[in-house]
Amino acid sequence: MADRFPSPFEMGTPAGAEGWQDLYAYSSIFSEDRREYEDSMFWFQDGVHTPEVVPPWDATILEYALIALSQYNTRHYVIPPARGVDVRILNGYMYLSPVGVSDPAEIESRVPEFMERAGYYFQNWDKLYAAWLPKVRALIDELEAVSFEPLPNREDMAVITEGRGVGSGFELVASYNRLLELVLKLWNYHFEFLNLGYAAYLDFFGFCKGLFPNIPDQAIAKMVAGVHVDLFQPDDELKKLAVLAIRLGVDEQVEHGTVDEVLARLDANHDGRTWVTAWEEAKQPWFNFSAGSGFYHSDKVWLENLEIPLGFIRNYIAKARRGESLERPMAAVSTERDRIVAEYTELIGNDEDRGTFEAKLGLARTVFPYVENHNFYVEHWGHSIIWRKMRDLGGLFVKEGFFADADDIFLLQRNEVPAAIFDMYHSWAVGIPARGPAYWPKEIDRRKGILDVLRGWSAPPALGKPPEVITEPFTIMLWGITSDSVEQWLGGAQEDGGLTGFAASPGIAEGPARVIFSADGISELRDGEILVAPLTAPSWAPVFGKIAATVTDVGGIMSHAAIVCREYGLPAVTGTAFGTKTVKTGQRLRVDGNTGKVTVLD
Amino acid sequence: MAHISWFDRHDADDEPVLGGKNTSLGLLTSAGLPVPPGFAVTASAYRTVFASTGVEDSLTRLLADLDPSDPASVAAAGHRARELILAIDLPPWLLDPLAEAYAQLGEHCSTKDVPVAVRSSATCEDQPDASFAGEHDTFLWVRGAEAVGAHVLRCWSSLFTDRAISYRWRMHYAEAGAAMSVGVQQMVLPKAAGVAFTLNPHNGDRSQIAIDASWGLGEAVVSGSVTPDNFLVDKVMGTITRRIISTKTIEHRLDGDRVVEAEVDQDRRDIPCITDDEVRAVAGLARRAEKHFGCPQDVEWAIDPLITGEDKVVLLQSRPETVWSRKPRTTAANSSDMFRSMVDTLLDANRGREAAPG
Repeated sequence: MADRFPSPFEMGTPAGAEGWQDLYAYSSIFSEDRREYEDSMFWFQDGVHTPEVVPPWDATILEYALIALSQYNTRHYVIPPARGVDVRILNGYMYLSPVGVSDPAEIESRVPEFMERAGYYFQNWDKLYAAWLPKVRALIDELEAVSFEPLPNREDMAVITEGRGVGSGFELVASYNRLLELVLKLWNYHFEFLNLGYAAYLDFFGFCKGLFPNIPDQAIAKMVAGVHVDLFQPDDELKKLAVLAIRLGVDEQVEHGTVDEVLARLDANHDGRTWVTAWEEAKQPWFNFSAGSGFYHSDKVWLENLEIPLGFIRNYIAKARRGESLERPMAAVSTERDRIVAEYTELIGNDEDRGTFEAKLGLARTVFPYVENHNFYVEHWGHSIIWRKMRDLGGLFVKEGFFADADDIFLLQRNEVPAAIFDMYHSWAVGIPARGPAYWPKEIDRRKGILDVLRGWSAPPALGKPPEVITEPFTIMLWGITSDSVEQWLGGAQEDGGLTGFAASPGIAEGPARVIFSADGISELRDGEILVAPLTAPSWAPVFGKIAATVTDVGGIMSHAAIVCREYGLPAVTGTAFGTKTVKTGQRLRVDGNTGKVTVLD
Repeated sequence: MAHISWFDRHDADDEPVLGGKNTSLGLLTSAGLPVPPGFAVTASAYRTVFASTGVEDSLTRLLADLDPSDPASVAAAGHRARELILAIDLPPWLLDPLAEAYAQLGEHCSTKDVPVAVRSSATCEDQPDASFAGEHDTFLWVRGAEAVGAHVLRCWSSLFTDRAISYRWRMHYAEAGAAMSVGVQQMVLPKAAGVAFTLNPHNGDRSQIAIDASWGLGEAVVSGSVTPDNFLVDKVMGTITRRIISTKTIEHRLDGDRVVEAEVDQDRRDIPCITDDEVRAVAGLARRAEKHFGCPQDVEWAIDPLITGEDKVVLLQSRPETVWSRKPRTTAANSSDMFRSMVDTLLDANRGREAAPG
């Protein structure tokens, strides 16, 4: 078995994709300038957030996310053994590298600072966390307030009479700058609690493994998991709407036709209007929900694709009519959690360990609501607005003939957008033709061509030299990158076509596989099938009611698929690396969520 | 003192004359755990018979001359002792209640001449906790009152096998205090059987139940003549955290009217001898035994498809686990210092993900 992955410098450019480097920030590209450093590091492809080629503007989000993650590790809390997570883009795919602190003396010297800084947050968690939600809600309001208005033929008289001193061109420039600033701020807020939350969880996890070396990972997760989780709320809203439709007797009216037809039909009668009111109320904020990871502008948001939630509601109506319960068994989940905690507590051999166990569990539970809930506010709600606002701006360029389509704006790097705005502003101000309409359409065609070629490139799961130990909390918790997974990637897929990954949710299931690559494919899933996907997104929740088990290419025990499967009581094996490459739709699989093994039965 | 003591009417006062094995069967039965029905012929019967027949005096003389460090001397004395015991004519005051108890057992099992296992359960007056595990004989598939009486004598005589004599000498147990109780228990004919520890014997993990299982009667697993299937079950979650299926070559099964050691058919050698549900059922019973006794247990179990009752699983033995239970538990240093332990955890974060030892 090889002891390292290919060097990023051995990776050629696929024919037809020459010049792809110009689509991304110069600092995010592997280069001769930092070759020695870059070649000494371990890079893994971020399949959790960006399993596909990343369009140039979309790269902004992950770059901002990682800069915020890193700064909290290194500059705010001084996590002793970990610095940040570096990012590079190779052939359009994002690769990440956890940066550790290797010198034991340096780690030691960071401990007092960590204790002072992280300690302050842990000790004042409730107070600080109480401030977080209002803070992020205010930020969301600010994002919503950003507007991109077309440049008028004449400035409004109010600009003159109020003596404003600045005009629409300035507002356009300022609005884009403001949007970028808010994106960066959103991601700063995102990591204010998350690093510490993961650290506290890992500490409890490690302690449990010390007490009970063979304890299943999901037992630890279940002890910490919250009963009410905001991330499940959008799905719960759809269930409520399905139940309401049946109760009001308007279910048949909901069941067929387009969204507009359904709403028009319901608007014609009293009970129908009651349902429409409930539907409208659920939309804000819960339909600000992405059908994907939220990291791509092309991820469909429910609010703008109402046929997605409506389709799920129809499935739920059918299910409820068959007499199946739609409710998540909250009381049972809560009772089960108490039972698990009580039984492990009883098995601890001495009072000192029992006290430590209780303290660590207490802290993990204090920090965990943030870990579970932040995702809705940032990746779903916040991002939904960001993509929408960028499309508004793209629309202005379409009007001025720069682009054929508003989404073309995502083919520009974030720092190219001000240049295009300047071109538009300049032509408007001076009263001359802009260069944009001649320049951007062919440039955008060229870029689309490059990205299409890159989409066909098979990105290796990792590059460079694996580290002896990974100490960065996110790398382990979220990306599920461990010594084991690295070794598995080095070994390649197993000869018998079997797969191993994280035993993310207990149970064993057999059934035919359905390989799904994106949210568009989830409607193909049939009852009793085993979902095999690169990863799953929260908005896929409605399919978890019909499938028998889940297998993903990426993700650890805290990945979305893991959390949802535990919630639904389905077996899941996550982070198999090769699931979608190895398994074919229709093959019978055995998924063992207790051991993390997936067997192809035929 | 009673000479017959039923498992389902267990009396703590009888424990000194029941021996470890019969005591545990009585306790398990009275705790409501599934145990095949049966009774014990107590050590008081043994003592009374030996005193009234003069065998006791003969044995005392025989053993007084013994040089325990000389294998030839042990062998000669042992041989003579066993001859004396096997030649005993059981007196009617024991034979009649024994035959009656056996008949009652048969009625209870709705089987005339019910096949029973006749098991030794040694006691030692000055060593009430002595386990004597595996030191004495067990006889399987015994039928008829007369045969049961004969096998009671054989169990008594197994108190004087060479290895039993040497064992007592090595452990400094007084010869005069040693006596034998005998269990007479409905015979199970398991499809599979084995042992279970209510902790992981490799690392002492108390959250796990380790199960060894093989085809047929449990003798193959207990004696170590077969490499059993091995399972690890989490007590709290009920998940099977490890599953090793071995090639099982030997099984003890009934052939005609006797139990034989036989080769396992090729097509059954490499497949699991119990299903996942059965693994969990065995673990559940072991856990109940542990909870009842309040400390980690080492149990023998069997799955007999003919048994009526929950899960077809029965317990044949439960005794305290002794290795890990005596070790003080150690946890990582600093684990109660939250920050120190967070740093250590991050540095050692892969620990939890690697296959836990054992």
